[in-house]
Amino acid sequence: MKKTKRSRIWLTLVPLYVFTLIFVAGPLLYMIILSFETRAETWGVLHELTFKNYREIFQPAYLKTFGESLKLAFTSTLLVAALGYPFGYFMAKLSQKWKKRMLLLLMVPFWTSSLIRLYGWIIIFRANGVLDQLLLGVGVTDEPLKLLYTYPAVVVGMVYSLLQFMIFAVYSSAEKMDWTLVEAARDLGASPLKAFLTVTWKLTLPGLLSGVILTFIPSMGLFYIADILGGNKVVLVGSVIQEQLLKTRNWPFAAALSVVLMLLTTLMISLYKRITHTTELEGLL
Amino acid sequence: MADTILELQNVSKRFGDTDVLNGISISIAKGEFITLLGPSGCGKTTTLRIIAGLEAPDCGRVLLNGRDVTDAEPNHRDVNTVFQNYALFPHMNVAANIGYSLRLKRRPRDEIRKAVAQVLELVQLTGYEKRMPSELSGGQKQRVAIARALINQPSVLLLDEPLGALDLQLRRQMQLELKALQKQLGLTFIYITHDQEEALNMSDRIAVMREGRFEQIGTPAEVYDNPRTSYVARFVGEANILKGRVRKAEGDHLVLDCAGGCAQALCHGHSFAAGDWVTLAVRSEAVDFSQDPNSCAIPALVREKTFAGGMLRITLELSDGSTLIASRHGINLALEPGDLVYAAWDAASAVPVDVGCGE
Repeated sequence: MKKTKRSRIWLTLVPLYVFTLIFVAGPLLYMIILSFETRAETWGVLHELTFKNYREIFQPAYLKTFGESLKLAFTSTLLVAALGYPFGYFMAKLSQKWKKRMLLLLMVPFWTSSLIRLYGWIIIFRANGVLDQLLLGVGVTDEPLKLLYTYPAVVVGMVYSLLQFMIFAVYSSAEKMDWTLVEAARDLGASPLKAFLTVTWKLTLPGLLSGVILTFIPSMGLFYIADILGGNKVVLVGSVIQEQLLKTRNWPFAAALSVVLMLLTTLMISLYKRITHTTELEGLL
Repeated sequence: MADTILELQNVSKRFGDTDVLNGISISIAKGEFITLLGPSGCGKTTTLRIIAGLEAPDCGRVLLNGRDVTDAEPNHRDVNTVFQNYALFPHMNVAANIGYSLRLKRRPRDEIRKAVAQVLELVQLTGYEKRMPSELSGGQKQRVAIARALINQPSVLLLDEPLGALDLQLRRQMQLELKALQKQLGLTFIYITHDQEEALNMSDRIAVMREGRFEQIGTPAEVYDNPRTSYVARFVGEANILKGRVRKAEGDHLVLDCAGGCAQALCHGHSFAAGDWVTLAVRSEAVDFSQDPNSCAIPALVREKTFAGGMLRITLELSDGSTLIASRHGINLALEPGDLVYAAWDAASAVPVDVGCGE
């Protein structure tokens, strides 16, 4: 009896391991090996061990790109948190009926390709586009803002693309919270603000932090947003990797950039673990 | 009565289309242990929440120590609550939970530590300061919740079915401890329960609630021995309710025609004339059997015998089809289902209820 059970467990585990090996561990290993190899003169890769690719990253131009990427990721994450936290918090306080409606409304944009939705922003942002017409019409500005292909446009695109993740993360932790705890705090003498800071904030912090991770990691790599809304003015690590891989065909260097990017995000996640003492990310759908 | 500490005046509350409270008034004395007793949905929790300030009444006033606190925020009331689900802060350890209200008052750290140690000793949890709520058993959580509410020495302590989640044995023990604690500290307790035994055990006074009203307020003895309505009689101690017509009224003593037989009762302060319909409440332990059909008794058929909690319950069927429950200590009884008996009781143990309330 026990034996059949054990073999059944193996039957379900083996495909899982095979899948992980082929689709996760394999490519990862390949990428790491690739990052230590040499670019061939014309095509492909020479199997010569080198640290050149990593040394190259420390050139000012690439360091600046990493700096830019981090700056954009921090800015976007901060804005996403500032908008998403109150959104998720108040959504958790709605009635069951409205919660369902809000969740549905938040899901609707996902039914369209994110690329197409980003093109929508071009129509809004371009010179004499929807936004300019509106602002000129109302009389807020005297001349077109020409926001397309500027840094703010990229930030807006980032915030727009990543906000849902933050909302879901905060919502799921606020939704789980026992609101009688807030009543208990009030009963014990806390003002509404004090009750929020000592109870609600503390208990929704894991949600907020996991939202931060869910926003920060993708925002380091979402190169197409910077490409579409930032033109060539905003260059991110993601764009450089894509360029090195597809245009310059310097695969080893692209791999090295990817490894560094990965290490950076791993560092962020370990910081998250330090702060929250958990490996679980909340709000992952 | 001693000094009044809390007074509700005509408090009403509606939720949507439902009247949860229909103008209740009560005045509670300092140091009193009062229990709000009633089934779920009778408005007892809402009453408690209004006293705590977690809910605002639609009309009526709440007076605490003579001050009108009807519109005061919960943090501006000298009242603390032990919540039904304990509501311990899961991210704080026991000491932080208990010391929460003192930290809000910015008391010095040493003072808080001492006060926490003191209440922990009071609830017999010394040494548990560093535990997290998730590491505590139900009974321990309960004690922490009580300690947290006690540390401020509030004018009134509100307890919302605090023992509801505990098993029977622990509940009995906690009942005794809570009562002892209340006596020792001289605090005013407003206690909510749907368990009549608990209410009878612990309270100085019981307020029986029904559909947002107080059906009867009195000492446990008054409520048990002299229920005012059939609802109270049934809810507190499961009394038999019988209808009868007065055959003869001699002073305080009544003889009634009841369920094809004869029954006796005392007037208990009311006055009746021959021919009046009267509803009687008779405790099951007062019901006696006689084999003699000549005395004033009701013929009944034994239907069922069950043994529970040291008591034998005998279900009798009367000639009008209604049932009468009798109970006896011990397990030995020479009656078997199908036997015919004559049920009777002492006149003093039959109480007329629902007098003048049109029921």
